Amino acid sequence: METRILIVDDSKLARIVVGKAVAALQPDWIRIEAADADQALALLEEGNIDVAVIDFNMPGRNGLELGEEIRKQFPEMPVALATANVQDEVIARARAANIAFVSKPITEEGFRGFLSGAVLKLRSARR
Amino acid sequence: MIGTSIALEELERDALTELVNIGVSRAAVSLRTMVGEQVFLSVPSLQVVDRVLAATLIREQECAPLIAVRQDFEGAFSGRALLIFPEANSLELVRAVTSDELSSKEAREIEEEALLETGNIVLNGCLGTIANMLRKPLTISLPQLLRGDSQQLFDTSTPLGDDGVVLFLYINFAISDRDIRGYIAMIMDLPSLQTLKALIAEFIEHVIGPEDVAHEG
Repeated sequence: METRILIVDDSKLARIVVGKAVAALQPDWIRIEAADADQALALLEEGNIDVAVIDFNMPGRNGLELGEEIRKQFPEMPVALATANVQDEVIARARAANIAFVSKPITEEGFRGFLSGAVLKLRSARR
Repeated sequence: MIGTSIALEELERDALTELVNIGVSRAAVSLRTMVGEQVFLSVPSLQVVDRVLAATLIREQECAPLIAVRQDFEGAFSGRALLIFPEANSLELVRAVTSDELSSKEAREIEEEALLETGNIVLNGCLGTIANMLRKPLTISLPQLLRGDSQQLFDTSTPLGDDGVVLFLYINFAISDRDIRGYIAMIMDLPSLQTLKALIAEFIEHVIGPEDVAHEG
């Protein structure tokens, strides 16, 4: 069964960097991009998204607001917030919504933990 | 607004905005540690304008007298970074970074020193992160305190060697539960912008590889 990951970032460069890390770590995954929260929610509504990686500082709704919305609609979906903004309040709010943290700039190494966790979670959910 | 020779390509603008976003986010983490409360950031705004227009952009949002910590940076590219806020917020910021332990009189006594140190940490955090990501060291001057309106802060009366166009970047910040808001701004002149363009192109190639630039949608 294919896995589809949604990459949400207003920066195209950042989406490319995340996409590359995903391609290196999970070459079979299908990558879908959105440039803001509204686009992301529209794509989520279409269905078939398994995993989401969200930038924090975006025009319109920020990544935490989007993450919380996703959590409401998809309680089990592995979601990560990608940011260099690791203020305590941001981390606490993400944790409260069961959203993982990935530190920007994104590296393959920094991304590995989240993706491995997502693989395990999806496997057990599909069993 | 943009001369063709220095127009930034879409991906260059995107990369520069992302670099600044990461730099400012890290700086906000330091500021949060100092004030003990959450610091909110806007999305960076990036424009190629002349200094007068840059000053106008700030004045449109903030017409009250301003205070700023300024640091100049020099290296492969050079320019000026400013932490700007309304002068009326100044003592509140001093109290915030000193855990509210000072009387108003004591806060006034250390005002300049506290603002310079706060500015130094925020601006160095931001510039240092950008320099590291571009892998070019920057020499950062000692912080200097300026007071005045935005025209004075941006030195609009001093003529420049070129046509006066600068790269102007700014981000709004606000501190939760305190009446403190302000801007982090960066100004770079034309020769620096050209060098920066080349560095950003290298940076893009480094992070995504040359083969991927063309066919990404």
